Amino acid sequence: MKTFKTLIIIFHLLFFNNLYANENSERNEITKNLRCLICQGQSVYDSDSDFANSMKILVDKKLNEGLSDKEIYSYFKEKYGDWILYDPGLNKNTYLLWLLPILIFLFGGAIIVKSFIFKK
Amino acid sequence: MKQKLVPYSIIVIFFVIFVVFYKSLEDTNIYTPEVKINNDIPIFSAERLLSNETLDSKEIFQLDKFYILNIWSSWCAPCRDEHSILMDLSKSNKFIVIGMNYKDNKKNAKSFLDELGNPYEKIIIDKNGTKSIEWGAFGVPETFIIYNNKIIKKYIGPLNQELFLEIQNLTK
Repeated sequence: MKTFKTLIIIFHLLFFNNLYANENSERNEITKNLRCLICQGQSVYDSDSDFANSMKILVDKKLNEGLSDKEIYSYFKEKYGDWILYDPGLNKNTYLLWLLPILIFLFGGAIIVKSFIFKK
Repeated sequence: MKQKLVPYSIIVIFFVIFVVFYKSLEDTNIYTPEVKINNDIPIFSAERLLSNETLDSKEIFQLDKFYILNIWSSWCAPCRDEHSILMDLSKSNKFIVIGMNYKDNKKNAKSFLDELGNPYEKIIIDKNGTKSIEWGAFGVPETFIIYNNKIIKKYIGPLNQELFLEIQNLTK
């Protein structure tokens, strides 16, 4: 009896091992990178607002039409502008955003080099 | 000299930060998307509200005419406010007013029109909200002015008397 129970447990463990919640993984990946425009600080994936739900349906539709994620991003960018993407591209409005961390990093590095290395 | 440089630069840095933050206090934190104009209108086909046919966008929008596409819903209070403006616009035969019924049920939409009048030449249904996203809208009410299959103007929120005059001047 004990072996039988163990066998059932092992069987179930092996069986459930194959269950993944990845049916919508591609859709989820894309909607996580899209900003919900009418919510504050939420992605389309996180939000359950009317707008976000429609966006999810539309992303599904575009995926079924065979569009790649990049094409979907540029599709929404064309409609709503850069703001809808969480990962904005480098252009004349965002160059400061991209370059400032590098400049700060270099500046901080220079201070460290100056105070620790040259002092000695 | 070198000893004075550090406090001065700190003061300058804090002053700059103060100005930047103070300025952004005045900004609204509600985002309105860039109004992208001169975009081509999307191609779609949609069911009509008052009959069971489906319409292609090509059948609705022809060249050389001004169209107003208004996204509305019976549950949307601002739509009720702007309705009289749309009635006036539809009377002024310069425009053809097209309605897009957003996430609504047919019965409520029809009684809304019975109550306030029907300014729309054609009404199409956007049951799940995807069509309005294809237009670049994000809620109701929203109004697009279309000429030669291009969006020449877009208004987010309800129309008012001021915008009514602005829209009338567009055709000149």
